[in-house]
Amino acid sequence: MWDYSEKVREHFFNPRNSGPLDNANGTGDVGSIKCGDALRLMLKVNPESEIIEDAHFQTFGCGSAIASSSALTEIIKGKTVDEALKVSNQDIADYLDGLPPEKMHCSVMGREALQAAVANYRGEVWSDDHEEGDLVCKCFAIDAVMIEDTVRANGLRTREEVTNFTKAGGGCSACHEKIEDVLIAVNGRLYNSEPTPKKAAAAMPSESPVKPKLTNYQRIRKIEDTLEAIRPMLQRDHGDVTLVEVEGKKIYVALSGACQGCQMESATLGGIQHKLVEALGELVQVLPVGALANH
Amino acid sequence: MKPIYMDNNATTACDPAVVEAMLPFFTEQFGNASSIHSFGAQVGKALKEARIKVQNLLGAAHDSEIVFNSCGTESDSTAILSAIRAQPERRTIITTVVEHPAILTLCDQLEKEGYVVHKLKVSKKGRVDLDEYKSLLNDRVAIVSIMWANNETGTIFPVEEMAEMAHEKGIMFHTDAVQAVGKLAIDLKTTKIDMLSLSGHKLHAPKGIGVLYLRRNTRFRPLLRGGHQERGRRAGTENSAAIVGLGVACDLAQQHMEAENTTVKRLRDRLERGILAKVKNAFVNGDTLYRLPNTASIAFEYVEGEGILLLLNRQGIAASSGSACTSGSLEPSHVMRAMGIPYTAAHGTIRFSLSRYNTAEEVDRVIAAVPPIIAQLRKLSPYWSGEGPVANPDQAFKPEYA
Ligand SMILES: Cc1ncc(COP(=O)(O)O)c(C=O)c1O
Ligand code: FES
Repeated sequence: MWDYSEKVREHFFNPRNSGPLDNANGTGDVGSIKCGDALRLMLKVNPESEIIEDAHFQTFGCGSAIASSSALTEIIKGKTVDEALKVSNQDIADYLDGLPPEKMHCSVMGREALQAAVANYRGEVWSDDHEEGDLVCKCFAIDAVMIEDTVRANGLRTREEVTNFTKAGGGCSACHEKIEDVLIAVNGRLYNSEPTPKKAAAAMPSESPVKPKLTNYQRIRKIEDTLEAIRPMLQRDHGDVTLVEVEGKKIYVALSGACQGCQMESATLGGIQHKLVEALGELVQVLPVGALANH
Repeated sequence: MKPIYMDNNATTACDPAVVEAMLPFFTEQFGNASSIHSFGAQVGKALKEARIKVQNLLGAAHDSEIVFNSCGTESDSTAILSAIRAQPERRTIITTVVEHPAILTLCDQLEKEGYVVHKLKVSKKGRVDLDEYKSLLNDRVAIVSIMWANNETGTIFPVEEMAEMAHEKGIMFHTDAVQAVGKLAIDLKTTKIDMLSLSGHKLHAPKGIGVLYLRRNTRFRPLLRGGHQERGRRAGTENSAAIVGLGVACDLAQQHMEAENTTVKRLRDRLERGILAKVKNAFVNGDTLYRLPNTASIAFEYVEGEGILLLLNRQGIAASSGSACTSGSLEPSHVMRAMGIPYTAAHGTIRFSLSRYNTAEEVDRVIAAVPPIIAQLRKLSPYWSGEGPVANPDQAFKPEYA
């Protein structure tokens, strides 16, 4: 059986806030019975204060899907709608003292239900319009289309690179062969999984003493140039990126358009980070602008 | 309360008599059967006796047709790879869509390498279409591999008849009988089956011991080459303790064969009837006429299997799920999908698989435990409302995307 934390078990055996919610004014349905996971999140939002006064869920799914739903309702109750939207799937997993890698998608579904319920409350239509392909990585619910796109857009050659960009393959490892199949399909061959020499240098930037230290101005220019180079690729997917703030090793960017808030977001950030690490020759962390507002 | 184990298709407890017979082979009887000295000779004698016991359970004509190896998966791989290597001009494999991954994953790989794999479809009950099968038999086929009984539903396939049909066309026939051996009477010498896979841990022997039955004069290429063990058909020093244990388990299986098909079957039927009488929107999967006596696969609509298993486990009841969520997959099992079981039911399928160790009291405890668990989970489900499924579940639940 799964290695579930005590907290996951506890929320599964005694789910909080389950069942229909009377007078809900925001409802989000995600998943489907076909996928084996379906979650309905119901919110009662005070229209004056925008505070979520009550939240209930109904879930068809495995133990961790039910526990994630229960945790989500507990986390968002008492928050304003805007505050609630900042809850990430990682927050849900953290609240439960972690989820097994293969079950992280349960927390992703929780976050999506939240976005859908808020959109419904605001009278907007929320849609996740990713083209879905064959599921390749079950741990992170990443399909072939997404891996293919990322491989193409970034010229990826090895399984390790795919994992760095998309997370696919970063859990139980069972999908590594399938990821290699995608790489072969795109690149026409499989490159040796040794990093290419150029990449190897970038991977160990702190140990390359030859690189002169950049001034602050040069550094920010370099960041901007790098983002500029990435931008056309994002625009092709109807997205965009702008630099907001640089705090030491933390680089805050704003993603807009199709990249924002969707499953691609973390992949996109990962990709940008990879490019920046390469360009700057130092290890930096790329964070969404939302993370800046948090502290 | 004493735990209840009803997951015997996954693995079984070693019979105490099996354990007892094995113990000396870890201590004083540690010799290598190939050695010339007395340490080896004693072990060699024990292996010979065990081989005869396996031969008897399978009804094989010769004890030399029994090849010991490490597990059911190894037997499956050996059989198929041997057939295609021994007959390089034949590049087609026939199997079914409901085989165990030990067959299917291998076949998928061979397909990538250029082999042609025909997977016979199954009906709602899990049966194959023998006319379709017949039409596929030709001289490009290297091997037919059909499971004797399905591990998830217990459905039995007409392998004896299918082996005859293959034989008439000069095609090798293999059966994965991992679930059938010990539960069904088998008499290989009266059949046209060329190869058969057996796994010890499904019949109260230890894990890590398997057998490939290889009919005399069947063309063969070993999977592992090396020493001359198993007449050069499977190199590697014999796992003597496990082989001796398997021998005892085969003897016991033969003694209990009658009980398996009467007592155990009655318990299984009582369990099924008891649960279905108390839980609505539930049904039995598979072919209830041709089925292993110990297996009950019950679909509970509008709930997901893992939740049921966790709640059962809390009451000390061990079963398994037909939805593959327990293996990290979002898809229901390939067997349920192949039988066209609707998603509303496939995800909520639970397999109870009994053994001769289960009792009527245990069955009654499970019958009492299941209905409240299903009710509890249905209460959480967006597809269920009050006493029944929501009207038009497909429409009532409207995700922005699906
Ligand atoms: C039908 C079938 N074939 C093969 C196997 C694999 O056997 P083993 O675990 O000994 O490799 C199993 C066991 O799960 C099975 O049920
Ligand atoms: S499926 Fe587990 S890492 Fe991809």
